[in-house]
Amino acid sequence: MVEQVFRAVPDMAAVAPATSRASGLVGPSGPRPRRTFSRRNIFIYGTLFVVAIYYLLPLYVMVVTSLKGMPEIRLGNIFSPPVEITFEPWVKAWSTACTGLNCDGLSRGFWNSVRITVPSVFLSIAIASVNGYALANWRFKGAEIFFTVLVVGAFIPYQVMLYPVVIVLREIGLYGSLWGLVLVHTIFGMPILTLLFRNYFASLPEELFKAARVDGAGFWTIYLRIMLPMSLPIFVVAVILQVTGIWNDFLFGVVYTKPDTYPMTVQLNNIVNAVQGVKEYNVNMAATLLTGLVPLVIYFVSGKLFVRGIAAGAVKG
Amino acid sequence: MTSVVVKDVSLSFGAYDVLKQLNLDVPEGEFLVLLGPSGCGKSTLLNCIAGLLDVSDGQIFIKGKNVTWEEPKDRGIGMVFQSYALYPQMTVEGNLSFGLKTAGMARDEISTRVARASEILQIEPLLKRKPAALSGGQRQRVAIGRALVRDVDVFLFDEPLSNLDAKLRSELRVEIKRLHQKLANTMIYVTHDQIEAMTLADRIAVMKGGVIQQLDAPQVIYNKPVNRFVAGFLGSPGMNFLDGEVEGGAVPAFGIAGTKIPLDRYGFDHVAAPGKAVLGIRPEHVALGDAASTMPFSAEIGVELVEPMGSDTLVWTKLGGQSFAFRVEAERHISRGDRLCIGFDPARASLFDGQSGKRI
Repeated sequence: MVEQVFRAVPDMAAVAPATSRASGLVGPSGPRPRRTFSRRNIFIYGTLFVVAIYYLLPLYVMVVTSLKGMPEIRLGNIFSPPVEITFEPWVKAWSTACTGLNCDGLSRGFWNSVRITVPSVFLSIAIASVNGYALANWRFKGAEIFFTVLVVGAFIPYQVMLYPVVIVLREIGLYGSLWGLVLVHTIFGMPILTLLFRNYFASLPEELFKAARVDGAGFWTIYLRIMLPMSLPIFVVAVILQVTGIWNDFLFGVVYTKPDTYPMTVQLNNIVNAVQGVKEYNVNMAATLLTGLVPLVIYFVSGKLFVRGIAAGAVKG
Repeated sequence: MTSVVVKDVSLSFGAYDVLKQLNLDVPEGEFLVLLGPSGCGKSTLLNCIAGLLDVSDGQIFIKGKNVTWEEPKDRGIGMVFQSYALYPQMTVEGNLSFGLKTAGMARDEISTRVARASEILQIEPLLKRKPAALSGGQRQRVAIGRALVRDVDVFLFDEPLSNLDAKLRSELRVEIKRLHQKLANTMIYVTHDQIEAMTLADRIAVMKGGVIQQLDAPQVIYNKPVNRFVAGFLGSPGMNFLDGEVEGGAVPAFGIAGTKIPLDRYGFDHVAAPGKAVLGIRPEHVALGDAASTMPFSAEIGVELVEPMGSDTLVWTKLGGQSFAFRVEAERHISRGDRLCIGFDPARASLFDGQSGKRI
């Protein structure tokens, strides 16, 4: 460390002009000179580059393979770009790949997933935001206990609750239906979302809430007119968390639905892990990319707001 | 007629008592300042009057009506907060009219009131702007306007000027005083700034530990503080405190380290028993030079430190071995090491019991 510092000194002296351009001052003046190709920079950017390659390579392989025909894949050059680009695997994955008896591809699973995700995201966020608001601003009797129980709920492994939930769904007649899965997702999203919203609302100035009360606004007026318009970032965070979480869910999807109502992830698994017939790598890759597309799009569209929202919630809570 | 009455109000958070059996009567049209260090319960008391906090015990009356269980909006109060608490997504006009809209008031009545309030506060050009586009002073003016449109009997201010810089603070202070003279509403004003308290108040309530220490006109509190805490809290630079002993005899005197200060001109609250005591003297009550020799008490001291403040100069020295400061005109040239003769009239001093700190 010390050695490095000493060696850096002559470098700087060589780069820094002896006198300032503007006023002829002697000695260091103005901004400190920085070298582009210092050892530090090469190390940092080199590491970043290697790590980026490491994460991007599998994606590259997937995209490339999904655009090849089976004969080309059998040659075994997984890194080489496709000689003949074909979109056949994508079409097949979407519309004709077989899972069990159904041969309408991933499209069925896609629409199932949409029908599961949209109401689950909407319901869970609507309920959790009101929960969080009530916990942060209207300290009712037992609020602390309620909150503690809710947070503890976030740490119970899902496997423990699988079977009891099957029984509950059967008893209320929702087992195997899309709405049963919507209910499960809404409930299981509650602890983390409530925590998120509570912390965000607690970080808003309390005097704002007091001022609204003096102005005569009640529970819902304050929520809808004062709190909601100030909370876009945290809602974006919640939407991203829920959409990716629910869209990527496999466990609940496979346990609580039937083949007709399987979400996309379960269908993907059934396509990729089919034991009969030839393994169509190109179709599998295309199917996987199709399934991953929705969360990816969500991230790209709202990444900036996501970061802002996470930071906003983290300041105080 | 009394406007706000606080009767035996207590408030505890768990085992911690914030307010203890507090009583307060505020006559109609009075400007009352609640003054105290942070954590003394002054803001809590204001929140209780506003109805934003439930009291643990006691009653609150506004305009003769028991409002202890009423919602804030039904109490006939308007409130101004330290952080302005403007609704960020609404325009100034939206901020002013929000409460009236919530109350379901007719449209033209709302616009009349908003127009009147913005005229009084001179914020008409700002009506279409959002709070983010306003300066601190303008924001606080809008916050006052929000209380104004409600057309209430009682205004509550919770440290409204603490977030502003010194210059704006003194400007808005004058404006608030002017507003009070114009509207003649009851105003209750919380602050920890003793200058705000002195300049604005008809009466000041000095609080400490959830208890009102002294409730009186600013001049009385300044000149005749009931205990050492009140004496030390008001005044800048602060009062000098000299530890010593009251000596009985034909002429009562206060003795410190061989020096005797005669107390025959001091207005005792009650007959003082000899014992440990603290003598308090404000720096501006000390005379210098020729004027000092005519005072009942005078002494020669050496100057240790000089603080020029522009309008006057503060000189630090030692009296009877204890730190002592006094004020002289800025024109006087005094430097470190000078020997001077100072004196004061014990009639203007305050004497406190050494144990309890109460005025003797």
